[in-house]
Amino acid sequence: MNWLAIGVTVKLASLTSLALVAIGLPIAYWVTFSTWRWKFLVESIVALPLVLPPTVLGFYILVAIGPHSPLGRVYTDLAGHPLPFTFEGLLLASILYSLPFAVQPFAAAFEQVDRRLIEASWTLGRSKVQTFVRLIVPLSTAGLITGVVLSFAHTLGEFGVVLMVGGNIAGETRTVSIDIYDEVQALNYAGAAKTALFLLVISYLVLLAVYAMNRKVWSAWPRK
Amino acid sequence: MAAEVVIDITKTYPGRPPIHAAIRYALDQATSLVLFGPSGSGKTTVLRSMAGLEWPERGTIRFISRTWLNTEARVRVPPQQRRIGYMPQDYALFPHYSVAGNIGYGLGELSPVERTTRVEEMVELFQLQGLETARPRELSGGQQQRVALARAVAPRPQLLLLDEPLSALDAPTRVQVRGELRRLLTQLALPSIIVTHDWTEALTFGDVIAVMGKGNVLQVGSPKDVFSRPKNADVALIVGVETVVEGSVIEQGEGLATVRVNGTTLKGLGADPVGASVLVCIRAEDVVLEQAGSGMTSARNHLVGSVTGMMPQGVMVQVMIDCGFPLAALVTRGAMEDLSLRVGSQVTAAMKAGAVHLIGR
Repeated sequence: MNWLAIGVTVKLASLTSLALVAIGLPIAYWVTFSTWRWKFLVESIVALPLVLPPTVLGFYILVAIGPHSPLGRVYTDLAGHPLPFTFEGLLLASILYSLPFAVQPFAAAFEQVDRRLIEASWTLGRSKVQTFVRLIVPLSTAGLITGVVLSFAHTLGEFGVVLMVGGNIAGETRTVSIDIYDEVQALNYAGAAKTALFLLVISYLVLLAVYAMNRKVWSAWPRK
Repeated sequence: MAAEVVIDITKTYPGRPPIHAAIRYALDQATSLVLFGPSGSGKTTVLRSMAGLEWPERGTIRFISRTWLNTEARVRVPPQQRRIGYMPQDYALFPHYSVAGNIGYGLGELSPVERTTRVEEMVELFQLQGLETARPRELSGGQQQRVALARAVAPRPQLLLLDEPLSALDAPTRVQVRGELRRLLTQLALPSIIVTHDWTEALTFGDVIAVMGKGNVLQVGSPKDVFSRPKNADVALIVGVETVVEGSVIEQGEGLATVRVNGTTLKGLGADPVGASVLVCIRAEDVVLEQAGSGMTSARNHLVGSVTGMMPQGVMVQVMIDCGFPLAALVTRGAMEDLSLRVGSQVTAAMKAGAVHLIGR
């Protein structure tokens, strides 16, 4: 088994989930509570990675962050090297690719929070931000964990986007799924099988955790 | 300038008639306005607009010297800045906070020490000792109601807004809590606006009553005015209690009280102690008219008086009788002819003690 690739993958998935908590929470809050009539435009953009072929998404990200784009030029000037085919570039792509997997469970959980509780909090002098931190987030824990876990699992297995944006640099952008592809190309089926099984088991365990939690089979969360 | 509250708002929900509410009343230390009317009359919308949770498309809300809403001047004060205590119908207690956590939730501006002291004060005032660490779901309906009220009152608001404060309780608890709540509101000396569809609650709490129907404020006045002198047939139908007079309890026997109203004595239901002043409420349809001096029925009350007026109401006639106080009775045209009633004729009005409701204030 290629532990180097596993290390890169776990690091990528962890950082992606972490970033998605920071980015996904405000987006999910806005999607849930905004009354803007054109909200669906943003909702569809957030959900786009669900249906878009990863190569297409990867292609656009590659162009957007490439040295010829304004964004790419700014980054190159600041960091001294271009963004594509680096771990940072891969991380950015992963965040965009897994966005709906975090935002949708977050938004679904926020939706479940009783509006009357939120209103009661406002009348008690608590600002919208305080209400979010003290009320909405604690009452949405199951949905928040689901979002984090799903985006983690989704990043673990991404392939197309990694190939387009990250390439295949050992220790930098070679993730587990790329490694499996390499092994198969090299006709090393035994190596591929081991790594594939590893990914299968991890993914299954993650989903097991999500479903078990949402059914509330564990008593860690009080029943309503 | 005298302290007053001015409400003049229009709010439209798609597919429903617009809600227009224009209410203006003078405010002293603890004036309580009751918004009274059937469900769907728009009372909760008015209350939520006062809380800043609903934004009327047009109008003004002024509380004493502060403008909370003025759509023309684009003034929209958010709920956080209104310093109100709001208790929604189902209390909306925070399920993940303890009783103490709920009560302390709105005390963010106090220091931790002050906060603890204030929560302790509230726990004592609302008799929640021993429940400080309990979660809302472990409490009875009456306890939940007290926690919700304590939470609303704890930040020392300048106005208390209660939406159907007793409707989530079962009937026996409701009567008991009604009295407690009235005493608490007096003790807190806090102006309040209370929404209810129950006339006993309206009479218990209201210093000023605004009767609402079909999205409009139909009448604003003192409880006696509104109930005894409804402005029109719509108001009369909504209040449903034609006689409301003041009296005082002169004898008390296990819930059956004898009251004196301007020289006339009556027996009615009410647990208020001797000496208490009460509102005596009688629905016109519960009053039976008999020939003056005719035989006894099982009814506890027989009042002799003279007819002062008669108003046809469909197939019925509302007869006004002066028996020491003005009493309304509802009879059929046939009964009116049998009794040969006319203005000035003597008549006996009979009613069961159960039809005489006494409401302590």
